[in-house]
Amino acid sequence: MSATIEWLDVTKVYGSGHLQVEALSHVSLRALPGELIAVMGPSGSGKSTLLSLAGGLDQPTSGKVLVAGKDLSSLSVTDVARLRRRRIGYVFQQFNLIDGLTAVENTSLPLELDGVGKRGAREAALRALAQVALEQLADRFPDELSVGEQQRVSIARAVVGERILLLADEPTGALDSVTGETVLGLLRSHCDQGGCGVLVTHDARFAAWADRVVFLRDGRVVDQTSPTAGPESLLRDPVGR
Amino acid sequence: MSIGMSLLAILEEAPTYGLRLKNEFEARTGTMWPLNVGQVYSTLGRLERDGLVRVLEHGSEAQKLYEITEAGLEQLRSWFDTPTQMLPPARDELVLKLVMAVGHEGVNLQDVIQAERRGAVELLQELTLLKRKGSLEKDLGWALLLDSLIFQTEARVRWLDDSEARLHRHGASSVPHEQPQQATSVQETGGVPR
Repeated sequence: MSATIEWLDVTKVYGSGHLQVEALSHVSLRALPGELIAVMGPSGSGKSTLLSLAGGLDQPTSGKVLVAGKDLSSLSVTDVARLRRRRIGYVFQQFNLIDGLTAVENTSLPLELDGVGKRGAREAALRALAQVALEQLADRFPDELSVGEQQRVSIARAVVGERILLLADEPTGALDSVTGETVLGLLRSHCDQGGCGVLVTHDARFAAWADRVVFLRDGRVVDQTSPTAGPESLLRDPVGR
Repeated sequence: MSIGMSLLAILEEAPTYGLRLKNEFEARTGTMWPLNVGQVYSTLGRLERDGLVRVLEHGSEAQKLYEITEAGLEQLRSWFDTPTQMLPPARDELVLKLVMAVGHEGVNLQDVIQAERRGAVELLQELTLLKRKGSLEKDLGWALLLDSLIFQTEARVRWLDDSEARLHRHGASSVPHEQPQQATSVQETGGVPR
């Protein structure tokens, strides 16, 4: 199966001379359709740089970033922007919803900006809101929604249309524990339905929703978890569960 | 003590046989903490000796039907009402391992921390899968137990993260006790470079 996102021997250097900082150093990673990977590491370990490169928001100094098999460096700026609009969704700690637009208008906005007709964009947005169980609140404005509901709208906006890759940068940072779990459940569900997700988080409890957890340190992948043995391995006598 | 009190809690609902108590205990704890039946009988023996349960039907161990007494009810109520004793803290192998690694020449503390962190996160992944697969709404006790294990494991990861940051500030990955003034630099050992 070909990877949805692949970093191939990626190095990213910021600055120059004695101010030069190597944010990523020879990182190779891939994530397949249906897979959610979590990236953990201390501040400054390169987590956010990894996401910026995956989203085509920045270019690697060396190495390649491939989205659905396409080398981003081989695409024109316009094509990268189109790929970003159509195929990649973003979820951040800040929800970045537009106050003057309702939940469904916020969700349909990326499609409308991409030229999809108003009616088609609204229908797709309602489907995305249904995925996060918010279709009943589609016509509410952000300030009429709870913090958790606002984050769910931002997830709907990230998955609306034909997105294959979801990039989430500390999406639970502003949420309480229970709401954070709901958000992770939605990301997980998106991947279980064939999407691919990359989650950056400090929080091991949320990283544990991923299929694989990658540990970054000083711009290098230092370790990753093995595939799970199956939760039944925890039960010494798994009768009736 | 906690097993005895748990058995009393089950007995409070109805008189029960020893084997049934074992099964009920395991059902409520998701078979996470299995009991052997001998352990149940010996615990019931102690509870009977202390007057906290009485035997309604006599015979072999398997044929004894146990009932909680007034004293047992009182003790159980007190167990629920009194904060659980947390001190002195139980010995913790992970803590001991890190403490010992600090003074152990040839052991890279950074590597020990990372191996432990990977293990803890893998355990968290398994527990999270259990939680996702379970019908937690129907089984509140199981949900509480899983949440407790998840939070405890998460706390370990946070402690390891903090230990790593402390190590980073300390500026060494392995510091022999005998020669603290000659701590090996991080760069030389291939540990944390900054």
